[in-house]
Amino acid sequence: MNLDLALRSLGPMLLEAVRGTIPLTLISFALGLLIALLIALMRISGNSILAAIARVYVSIIRGTPLLVQLFVIFYGLPSLGIKLDPWPSAVIAFSLNVGGYAAEIIRAAILSVPRGQWEAGHTIGMSRGQTLLRIILPQAARVSVPPLSNTFISLVKDTSLASLILVTELFRAAQQVAAFSQEFMLLYLEAALIYWVICLGLSTVQSMLEKRLDRYVAH
Amino acid sequence: MSPTDPTAGSTDSAGSDGEAPVLSVRGLKKSFGTNTVLRGIDLDVPRGSVVALIGPSGSGKTTILRSLNGLEIPDAGTVAVAGDDGGSAGSTRPPLAVDFAAKVGTKAIAALRDRSAMVFQHYNLFPHMTVLQNVTEGPIQVHKRPRAQVVAEAEKLLDRVGLLEKKDAYPFELSGGQQQRVGIVRALALKPQLLLFDEPTSALDPELVGDVLEVIKELADEGWTMVMVTHELAFARQTADEVIFMDGGVVVERGPAQEVLRAPKEERTQQFVRRLLHEF
Repeated sequence: MNLDLALRSLGPMLLEAVRGTIPLTLISFALGLLIALLIALMRISGNSILAAIARVYVSIIRGTPLLVQLFVIFYGLPSLGIKLDPWPSAVIAFSLNVGGYAAEIIRAAILSVPRGQWEAGHTIGMSRGQTLLRIILPQAARVSVPPLSNTFISLVKDTSLASLILVTELFRAAQQVAAFSQEFMLLYLEAALIYWVICLGLSTVQSMLEKRLDRYVAH
Repeated sequence: MSPTDPTAGSTDSAGSDGEAPVLSVRGLKKSFGTNTVLRGIDLDVPRGSVVALIGPSGSGKTTILRSLNGLEIPDAGTVAVAGDDGGSAGSTRPPLAVDFAAKVGTKAIAALRDRSAMVFQHYNLFPHMTVLQNVTEGPIQVHKRPRAQVVAEAEKLLDRVGLLEKKDAYPFELSGGQQQRVGIVRALALKPQLLLFDEPTSALDPELVGDVLEVIKELADEGWTMVMVTHELAFARQTADEVIFMDGGVVVERGPAQEVLRAPKEERTQQFVRRLLHEF
């Protein structure tokens, strides 16, 4: 093993993690959650057309590979005259993907809050929107943190697929050094290690978040 | 929300002599699918009086209460609430009339809800908020009143029911009786014209019922106008001015509490009262 190369490549790879992987993950997840909330609300809206649109959306996202979704957006859309740079393409694909998966989590979490909570909100004069924001979603958040953390951690690793549409991120940096040095095992293991450390950190954040949201629940 | 909503406005039905009942219900009807639960209910609740709705489960009494708070939308009938000058935000509330035979908009429902406050059988406190937050949420978020003022009032109310030292506790840290007292304070903080109690002690352990009933009794003595659904007949006899016995979606018998509960005229009422008071 070439320890010197491992150390020399660590800097550029960490740089791409900080410049590429992490912001790509954070932005896509935030946008994805917004999409998910919208889709979840459409599904429980009671409006059959909105609910049907939401169901089809979730079905398409979950029923097609993420890699294919990325390729459709980056390589496919230009033939319709829509040409996007690698970064925005990746953000769009990942957001839409997270939106599809997280929508089901959020929907289930909202439905897990007892109906009496909606009624209590209404009875103190709150509108549906106010009750949703102040009464229902805070309680739904507690239930949805573990499954959403799963989605988030998957996303960190899935961003490596963006290397295939020319986004510079952690894995692409590893590929470049590996191709140059021919030290494939070393560099891919190094990349794996960095992903793992990032995910370990996220698991810690998840536990902290769960603990905080659990403070109002009997143990 | 629609600007042409015919029920959102209010009609002047209250007399100037103050004799008009706070609440006046006429011909309330409600079906769930093929199951008819209310078959035309009339109800008048004078200011400061307590009306107890009793009857077997499924008789429709809870549906009446929920209709008054817009948690159920009746199929037909009218609900009229008198005006008052001590509104939630210190403002004047004009007389209100909602006709459920017409399409009832969100605005009319909101206006109706502003008049009454509900105390639920299962308390329905907000578990993610402290006791104090539960109480202040409505006045601050809905009535948009200044926080300092609302908090001061809330603390006074909590003190009254002996729960001031629990103001920073979460609901799960309280006993059922304490939770229900918070539920009552949450309702009082809204300064409603009408307090609605939906079997407020049915979910409580027997030894915790007394504290909650005592609070309700105090409120009645203080002159709050209340409608309650209850199975506590002894309590109803002590507290209620009028008792209404319902069965199968109709009023079977109504009258002063002492009469209906001690010497009911109707056979169905006699059976029900006898079963609840003696036969166990």
